[in-house]
Amino acid sequence: MSFSPARFFAVLAKEFVQMRRDRVTFALMIGVPIMQLLIFGFAINTDPRHLPTLVEMADSGPVARAVVSGMQASGYFEVIGTVTSAAEGDRALREGSASFVLVIPPGFERDVARGLSPELLLSVDASDPTAAAAAVGAMPGIAATAVAETLSGATALGAKAPDPFTVTVHRQYNAEGKTSTNIVPGLLAIILAMTMVMITAVAIVREAEKGTMEALIATPVRPAEVMLGKIIPYVLVGYVQTLVFLLAAKLLFDVPFIGSRFAFFLGFNLYIVVNLALGFLISTLSRSQMQAMQISFFTLLPSILLSGFMFPFAGMPGWAQAIGTAIPATHFLRLTRKVMLKGAEVRDIAPDMAAIAVIMAVIVVAAMLRYRQTLD
Amino acid sequence: MTDEFAISVRGITKRFGARTVVDHFDMDVPKGAIYGFLGPNGSGKTTTIRIMCGLLTADEGDGTCLGFDIRTQPQSIKENVGYMTQRFSLYEDLTIRENLDFVARMYRMKGRRAAVAAALAELGLADRAGQLAGTLSGGWKQRLALAACMLHKPALLLLDEPTAGVDPKARRDFWDEIRRLSAAGVTVLVSTHYMDEAVQCDYIAYIAYGKKLISGPSQDIPGMIGLHTWRVQGPEIGALEAELRLTPGVGQVARFGAVLHVSGTDAVALEGVAKAGMARGLHRWQKKEAELEEAFIYLMAGATDNFADGLT
Repeated sequence: MSFSPARFFAVLAKEFVQMRRDRVTFALMIGVPIMQLLIFGFAINTDPRHLPTLVEMADSGPVARAVVSGMQASGYFEVIGTVTSAAEGDRALREGSASFVLVIPPGFERDVARGLSPELLLSVDASDPTAAAAAVGAMPGIAATAVAETLSGATALGAKAPDPFTVTVHRQYNAEGKTSTNIVPGLLAIILAMTMVMITAVAIVREAEKGTMEALIATPVRPAEVMLGKIIPYVLVGYVQTLVFLLAAKLLFDVPFIGSRFAFFLGFNLYIVVNLALGFLISTLSRSQMQAMQISFFTLLPSILLSGFMFPFAGMPGWAQAIGTAIPATHFLRLTRKVMLKGAEVRDIAPDMAAIAVIMAVIVVAAMLRYRQTLD
Repeated sequence: MTDEFAISVRGITKRFGARTVVDHFDMDVPKGAIYGFLGPNGSGKTTTIRIMCGLLTADEGDGTCLGFDIRTQPQSIKENVGYMTQRFSLYEDLTIRENLDFVARMYRMKGRRAAVAAALAELGLADRAGQLAGTLSGGWKQRLALAACMLHKPALLLLDEPTAGVDPKARRDFWDEIRRLSAAGVTVLVSTHYMDEAVQCDYIAYIAYGKKLISGPSQDIPGMIGLHTWRVQGPEIGALEAELRLTPGVGQVARFGAVLHVSGTDAVALEGVAKAGMARGLHRWQKKEAELEEAFIYLMAGATDNFADGLT
């Protein structure tokens, strides 16, 4: 009963050979740490810069212009254009095309010179409080420097008053800056991605792995009947998950739902379908249930890390944002936050719906090509 | 032609990548026959069966199955054929009744409940209908799978190594059932490795490397090969067996208990060996008719396992 090194090495060698033969698992063993390293090391930045900003310039004098260029120079803000009305600015915030709208009131320069302490209004999309925090904190300093550098001589006299102007920050959509208000709607995207993709992939692969698929397709059953019959139960699971989720969000976390329920319903169905399609694609790539699980998990990582769920999307470098844009969760997460927190209507979520539809088209084509190859 | 044959195919060829798995295969299965489909592992039996029941499309060749075109009418073939796959292919996590019921629904059977109840009663599983299929023994799983693919009363039954890994008693029961079905008019095409099963078939086709080596009525097969056999009996038969294997003119030696069947295709050379043996006076040599057993051993010796070069 003594320990035999020879036997031990035989087991060891066998294990390595099997590890090498299972190429999917092997690739993931190498791939997952590299991906995590790249994402955590380079892509994630909780102090995002260059956040899209719109300016409503009722005063376009040198001081006002200096404030705007000071914001641009700070690196926190990326001035992407001007708006002419408050409604236009609100719309941009709701759609998510801008994170900030700065309103420079009429006669700003004059009032500063007279020591009337005019008000600069910075409207912030606070649905992601982490992303906005640093820029908001930097704003009063940026404006004060710009004003002080521009004003000189006689006009500088009045500006020497203790508060030449005030900066008022108007946090929209999440006035208290609660993290849960931001995280909870995003979580739905992740929960659905996790279960829909994995369950579908495993359910289809199980049938092939156990050998029941061959007997099934030997009956007169049509492929569409098999696919729909296998997938619809999981669509219902997705409905139940979403319902439970919305109740918990309301009752446990007090997250509001102020937007159009119909818009949410549309977006959520589209998102379920895209995840099922992804699950189907994974099933065509996997030979065993184990591999289906592993590949599903592999696709889940970017959904969590690069979608803007855990870390601000705006903080990521261009390449990471490009990857994030290709992930359905990114768009569904935006859609959910818009509808739940910002009161979005169907037209506000149209860009997100379009993005998910494009991703879905690509996945469906890939899955069909793969499926045909494995059929014959 | 379609009146006479349940299956009639010509020139069936199937390639997977560069490998030709089935190579210009012809087959005629007469209606009501038990047709044995033999050959080593990887010889293309399963692929051929899949082509004939519409699961795969042949690259070349055509033919009919129950009068339906194997290329253009796979749906009609599927409606009328019962196909039992090599692996147990029912759902282990469904009960016996649920499995049968599911299959019946796939064929959109009318009077489904009655058909399932009748199948359960016939199987003798009526009182265990609620048991999960995965908990059945190997023999029972085979019988259940057979019952499942007979549920819609197909005119043709395709059985792909139905008794692999089943004990001899269960195999005998299984074959009793197949003969009963055949007597009722069902055509059966069965692939097998077992010689004792092959001898029960009315017709035989032997396939190796995707090519058909021989086919015909079972009793004609030994004559078609042209095999001559001598029966040898006597003391120390084991030593004689080893010696005969190395003797020129002897194609094969098969041992049946204390008896050797010595066969070869060259009648003159074999007779010389027999005469030399008789001259020694130790053993009793008798000329006999070559039978199916000898024929199979001859065929199998000629075709080694196809997997061996399939993987290189």
